Amino acid sequence: MAMSQIKEAPNHIEVVGSDSAVSVRNITKNYGEVEALRDMSLEFPRGQLTSLLGPSGCGKTTLLKIIAGLLLPTSGYVEVNGKTVQGPGPDRAFVFQDFALLPWATVLNNVAFGLEMRGVAKSEREAIAEKYIGDVGLSGFEHSYPHELSGGMRQRVGLARALSVDADDLLMDEPFSAVDEQTRRKFQEDLLNLVQNENKTFIFVTHSIEEAVYVSDQIAILLPRPSRVSEIIRPSSFRNKGVDNIRRDPEYLDIVDDIWSSLRTYVE
Amino acid sequence: MLSRANLLKILSALVLCGAWELAGRVPVSYAFPTFLDSMQAFFEMIGNGMMLAAYKETLRPLVIGIMISAVLGIGLGLWVGLNNFFDWLFSPIFIVMQAAPLAALIPLLVLAYGIGLTSKVLVVCIMAMPVIVLNTSGAVRNTPESFKEMGKSFLASRTSVLLRIVIPAASPVIFAGLRLGISAGFIGAILAELKITPTGVGDIITYSRSIADYPSMYAAIFSIILLAVLFLNLLEKIETILFKGNQRGYVSD
Repeated sequence: MAMSQIKEAPNHIEVVGSDSAVSVRNITKNYGEVEALRDMSLEFPRGQLTSLLGPSGCGKTTLLKIIAGLLLPTSGYVEVNGKTVQGPGPDRAFVFQDFALLPWATVLNNVAFGLEMRGVAKSEREAIAEKYIGDVGLSGFEHSYPHELSGGMRQRVGLARALSVDADDLLMDEPFSAVDEQTRRKFQEDLLNLVQNENKTFIFVTHSIEEAVYVSDQIAILLPRPSRVSEIIRPSSFRNKGVDNIRRDPEYLDIVDDIWSSLRTYVE
Repeated sequence: MLSRANLLKILSALVLCGAWELAGRVPVSYAFPTFLDSMQAFFEMIGNGMMLAAYKETLRPLVIGIMISAVLGIGLGLWVGLNNFFDWLFSPIFIVMQAAPLAALIPLLVLAYGIGLTSKVLVVCIMAMPVIVLNTSGAVRNTPESFKEMGKSFLASRTSVLLRIVIPAASPVIFAGLRLGISAGFIGAILAELKITPTGVGDIITYSRSIADYPSMYAAIFSIILLAVLFLNLLEKIETILFKGNQRGYVSD
């Protein structure tokens, strides 16, 4: 088989080729009695997209929020560019599953929110926000309110907000799960271009196997109770064949099948 | 050109006045004047300066009480809503205040604070404040978690999260509380004038009733309702100006 699968024990830290933008080291997270994550370690290579994939309840969103600094781990630590995470930082930006747009603010003000909190002057942040609104294809909607937009357009606003602060790492929590199938396909293609053109590290939480295999350079399969990394898959051959050919590539199909056969026992 | 909404408002006011006029003409009771008689008394009292003098008296405890209730009520509500300890400490007080039969407690207030302005302001506050505090604290506590997480992840300080996210998100419910609280404050102001010392509008009501001048009595009642309605409309305008997006529904719908 052409694909290179790296199987690894959960506690073993594997450094893959290039250096890591984000390293998760021995993270444990307990909610009272419930163990959400146990001794989890994971490397996120710089400039690549890593998916966290697993059945619901496997703690993938919890892990993402710990990386974001929104949750504190019970033990263990996260390093971003070699520095231990103490809380949210300018090096990471978050894209939310439910968009988290402020309903009382226009698209422009929503996109500029992160810049405003960083103290960027009004005219400058509006110019930057307008550029990114254009980049995500929403020119002309700067003064619309979120409720006037479709679900897909709202997530474009969420993406523009995350891009506008120019963070090194983009953390995406099931960003496409609340949009319709066609919009999602378009988003996935756009995301591939984004990974190629922006020199950023993407951490992408999803529950869709096809989506994970389609967009990822590296897929971390998380299994629940207690949550652990069971497998890391690095698709090798179809990435450069063009967005239109990925879905019928034999390697793509094999990986999707393999992941399903290892996950199916965990899905009730 | 009047908008449809305003047209409907005027129509419903006309229907109400018409019903009043009819009920007065039947008459429902000897003590119930017609709308036109009441209006005549209303304009007479405006003409001879009685109304103005009465409102100078009534508005003092009303305005002071509402200002205190709004500022202190929203402040306390934010505090109670953001901090579990203060929630535990203060919420019961306001729930008791809201449920207490105020008219029965007024003699106690008079005993403690006399018959002056203090007691009247207190009555307005006791009527107006609980609903403002409880609405504010409830709204603040129910800020969508993802809004707060969004704020934190984009590096908003605690103050920014409060000012830019928590308060705007809570503002529709805070304003609903203000509307309810201020209407209750109007009731409180008149109640104080009826129960403590007859001054201002309360004096007109008490005096005209005692000499069976019912048109004047109802004119006074009408005037206070009119003032309350105008004030609540003003409040609505303020809300629209301050929080434009509130009129437009929530994204997560």
